[in-house]
Amino acid sequence: MTTDHVELRSGAYADSVTLLQVSRAVQSAPGVVAAQVAMATGLNLEVLEGMGFAVPDSSPNDMVVALRLDDDAEVATALAAVDAALVPTRPSSGDTSVAPPRTTASALRGGAPDSLVLVSVPGASATVEAMDALEAGHDVMIFSDNVPVAEEVALKHYAASRGALVMGPDCGTAVIDGVGLGFANAVRPGRIGIVAASGTGCQQLLALLHHAGATLEGVGVRHALGVGGRDLSSAVGGISTREALRRLDADTDVDLVLVVSKPPAPEVAEALGRDAEALDTPVELGLLGRGQRDLTAVAEAVLARLGHDAPDWPVVGTDNIGAATGPLLRGLFVGGTLCDESMLMATEALGPIRSNIPLSDDLSLGDDLSADTHTMVDFGDDALTQGRAHPMIDPTLRNEQLARAAADPTTGVILLDLVLGHGAEPDPAAMLAPAISAARAHRPIPVIVSLVGTDLDPQGLAAQRDALVAAGAEVHLSNAAATRRALDLIGAFQ
Amino acid sequence: MSEPTVVTVGAGMFADAVAGQAVGVERVDWRPPMPGTEAHLATVATDPRRPEANRRAVEAMLGVTAHLVDVAPASEVLGLEPGQFLHAGPPIEWDRTSGPLRGALMGGAALEGLVDDPEDAVALFESGSSVSLEPCHHRSAVGPMAGVVTPSMWMWVLEDRATGRRTYCSLNEGLGKVLRYGAYGPEVLTRLRWMSDVLGPLLQAAVRGTAEATDVTGVLTQMLQMGDEAHNRNRAGTLMLLRDLAPAMVGSGFDAGDVAEALRFVGGNDHFFLNLAMPACKLALDAARDIPGSTMVVAMARNGTDFGIQVSGTGDEWFTGPAQVAEGLFLGDYGPDDANADIGDSAITETAGIGGFAMATAPAIVRLVGGSVPDALATTRRMHEITLAENPRWTVPVLEFQGTPTGIDVSRVCRTGILPQINTGMAGRVAGVGQVGAGLVTPPAEIFPKALAALASRSAVVQPPS
Repeated sequence: MTTDHVELRSGAYADSVTLLQVSRAVQSAPGVVAAQVAMATGLNLEVLEGMGFAVPDSSPNDMVVALRLDDDAEVATALAAVDAALVPTRPSSGDTSVAPPRTTASALRGGAPDSLVLVSVPGASATVEAMDALEAGHDVMIFSDNVPVAEEVALKHYAASRGALVMGPDCGTAVIDGVGLGFANAVRPGRIGIVAASGTGCQQLLALLHHAGATLEGVGVRHALGVGGRDLSSAVGGISTREALRRLDADTDVDLVLVVSKPPAPEVAEALGRDAEALDTPVELGLLGRGQRDLTAVAEAVLARLGHDAPDWPVVGTDNIGAATGPLLRGLFVGGTLCDESMLMATEALGPIRSNIPLSDDLSLGDDLSADTHTMVDFGDDALTQGRAHPMIDPTLRNEQLARAAADPTTGVILLDLVLGHGAEPDPAAMLAPAISAARAHRPIPVIVSLVGTDLDPQGLAAQRDALVAAGAEVHLSNAAATRRALDLIGAFQ
Repeated sequence: MSEPTVVTVGAGMFADAVAGQAVGVERVDWRPPMPGTEAHLATVATDPRRPEANRRAVEAMLGVTAHLVDVAPASEVLGLEPGQFLHAGPPIEWDRTSGPLRGALMGGAALEGLVDDPEDAVALFESGSSVSLEPCHHRSAVGPMAGVVTPSMWMWVLEDRATGRRTYCSLNEGLGKVLRYGAYGPEVLTRLRWMSDVLGPLLQAAVRGTAEATDVTGVLTQMLQMGDEAHNRNRAGTLMLLRDLAPAMVGSGFDAGDVAEALRFVGGNDHFFLNLAMPACKLALDAARDIPGSTMVVAMARNGTDFGIQVSGTGDEWFTGPAQVAEGLFLGDYGPDDANADIGDSAITETAGIGGFAMATAPAIVRLVGGSVPDALATTRRMHEITLAENPRWTVPVLEFQGTPTGIDVSRVCRTGILPQINTGMAGRVAGVGQVGAGLVTPPAEIFPKALAALASRSAVVQPPS
C-alpha cells in the first residue's frame, strides 16, 4: 500500500525544467513511488490528476509537491529530498575551454592564411585531410604513405588549379625557411633551393651541403620542398615538381635549384629537363638512375657551380673494419633513396641485386626478404610499413634482419644507414649500436653505416657517430662513399 | 614565403618536432572515421564537383528569405483530397507505423469524417482502400511530431519572393494532449475543429490584411538573440508574431470574442511559432536541393519508426535507419519505457543550423538532459565540426555573434563520428497518450555512411593528367 502527500507552496517558483529535474531526483529517493513537483498550471494539474493525485484548489503561481510513498516511508524524509533538490545548484567549475578541432578544415577556419598543413594520418584517410587544406587555399605536406596513386593525381590536379603545392604523399622531408617538417635535418640557411621526390635523398643532400657549408662561404639551403616519391612517375607526371620549381624560381633569395629524385619515368625526366631550362634560376638535376651520378656527386656538382671544390667527406671507424667475411653484400636501409643509390652502384660492380624495391621486377625478394645472392632491403617501403611505424621510429624489423644476415655465413659485408634530424628518434644509435655489436659477436663482419645528419640535429651527430663506431662500425656521411667502401671489400673477397 | 604556422593532423611527434623549432602549431584532434568509410570519403573528397557544389548549396540556402504570405486549407494549397494523409518523416506503410503516428492518423480520419469514432479508423488504414499516406516533405510541407495533415487543416504558406517557391506547415495546437503527439480524444478533435473554423480563417484575414508580410527569416534572426533556439523554445518568436498579426486580427471584423480567444490561444502556446520556423527552414534548404556533387544534408525527418535524411547530391532518395528514443525529462510518472522513438519533421530546424545546433543561444534547453551552460556552448561549437559554413544572419551573441553552424556535411559526420544534435519533444509510445516528455536525440549513425556510399557511387571520375 502507498500513501499520497500533496502540498501547495504559494510564492515558490522554479522554472519547469528545474522542476522536472527536481521531480526526477525525488523519485529516486528511498520510499518514494512517484513524485511530481510542478507549478499548478492547467497542464500540470491534468498530469497530476492523471497520476491519481488529488490537488486542492490552487493558482498557477503555486508550486505543488505531490508524493506517493511506501507505507513505511517517512514524509519528512521525502520532503527533505524535495528541498535538497530545489536548492539551486550550479556547476562549480564549468569547463569553458574550447575543444580542439577535429578536422583540418576546422583547424584552418579563421587561422593564419599562410599556414602549412602537415598530414600524417593513416594513408586511407590522408587524402581527405589534404583536400581540406587545398580547398582552404593552403599548401600541404603529406607524410602518410599507402595513398592510392589515383588519389594523389586527383589531389595534385586540384592543387594545380589553385596554385597550391602538394608535398607528398609519402613525403618524408621538407625544410621551409629553416623549419624542418617530417624527418628533416637542422641546417644552416643559404641560397640553395631543393626540390626532392625523395625524402632520404633530400636528407643526404642537406647533410652533405651542411657539412660543406661549415667551411665554404654561402653554401646553405633556403627551402627543401618535397614532392613525394611518385611525383616523377608516368602516372603523376611531375605536377608538384613543376609547382615547386615555379615557387623557387620566383624566390629572389634562391640562386640555385637542385632537383633530387629516385629513378624517374624517362618521359617525365625529359619534360622536367625542358621545364628547368625555361627557368631564370639555374637548375641542377640530380635524378638517380643507371649511368647517372650518385647523390654525393650531385652535391659536388652543386658546389662546383657555386665555385667551390668538394671537401673530404668524413669517415670514422676505419680501424674497425677487416676483410669481408663472405661473398655476399647485405644492405639494410631505412631510407628508400639511399637503398636505390646503393643498388645502382652495386649493380655496376657486382651485377644484379635482389631487393623488395628492385631495379627490375625479376629481382624482387619474397616475403622473407632474403635470398642466396646480394640483397638490399628498404624497410621504409609502403609494403613494410602497413600497420607498423616507419623504421626511423620502430627499428625492430630491421634489427631482426640484421641478426639474420649476421648468422648467414655467406654474408661478407653489412651496409646500413641511420638518419638523424627532427622527427627521428631522440637516440637512434642506442638501438642500432647493440644490434651491430651482436652481429659482430661471433665473427668480425664488416659493418658500414652511412649516418645522415648534421651537427645541428637534435640527436647530435658526433655522439651518434661515436656510439656506432664504438659498436664496431665504420661510419660515413656520404652514402655513396659507404657503398663504395662495401663494394671494395666484397670485390676483394677470395 | 613568410614564416609558416603549421597545422598538424596525425602523428603527435611531428607536431612536437615543429613546436620544438619555436614555430606555432595547431593540432587537429584526428580520430579514425566511421568504420568502413575511408574509401568512400576519399572518393567523395576528390570528386572535382564537390567544393563548388557545396559552395553553391550553402549560398542558395543562405540566399532565401521566407515571407509569411497566406494561411489556407491544405485542400486548397496542397491539393489534398479526402483520404490523403500527409505525415512526418520518410515514407512509411501503416503496418510499420508507431503509436503516435497511428493515433494522429486515426484522429485525422475522424476529423475528416471518414469515420465517426477514431478507433474505427484502424480497420480503414489496415484495408488501405481509399486512404493513402505520403510524407509532408514530398509536398513541400513539414509537420512537427506525427506531422499528420488532412485536407481540412489550415496551413501557413511561406514564400521565397525571389523564386516564388513556397513551403507549408499546419497550425500549432499547443502542448499536452494534441494530435501531433498521437492523442485523438474528443478534446483534441474539438480543438482542431475550432482551429479550422475560427483560428485559420482569422489568421488568413490577418495575414492578408497585414500590409507588410512577416519576414519569418528575420524573426528567427531576432529570436536567436532572445533566447529561443526555435525548436524547443519559440517564446520570443510567438510573441513577435502576435505583435505583427494582432492589429489585423482585431481589425478583421471577426467576432471580438473569437479574436480574443485566438489571441489567448496563440499567446498561451509558446510553441506556436515552431510551425513557422520549420517551413522557413525547409524553404531555405529546398533551395540547396539537387546540386550534383554536394554532400550537404537538406532534410532530416522522422516518422516515429525510421529516421531519414536527404542529401543535395542524391536527389529525393531517403537514407534511413531506426529512430532513437530521446534522452530527457518526463512529464508526470512517465518514463523511458513510455516514450516512442523520435518523430517529426521538426529536425528541419537543426538541418538549417538552429534548434540543437543553436543550443548555445538557449541555455535553458540543455537542462532537459541535466546539462550545464558550458554544455550548451560546447554543443554549438561541436556542430561547427560537421557543418560547411556559418550563417551570417543567424548569430549567437554569447559566442561573440558567431553564425550558427550551417549545412550538415555527410562527409564530416562520417569523418568525425559527431552526430547532429536534435532538441525534441517525446510522444507516448501508445496511440492516444500524447506528450510524455522532452529531450535530446541524435540520428542513427548508420544513415550517414549509407548516404556517403550513394554520393561516392555518383561521384564524377577524376580526369587523368593531360
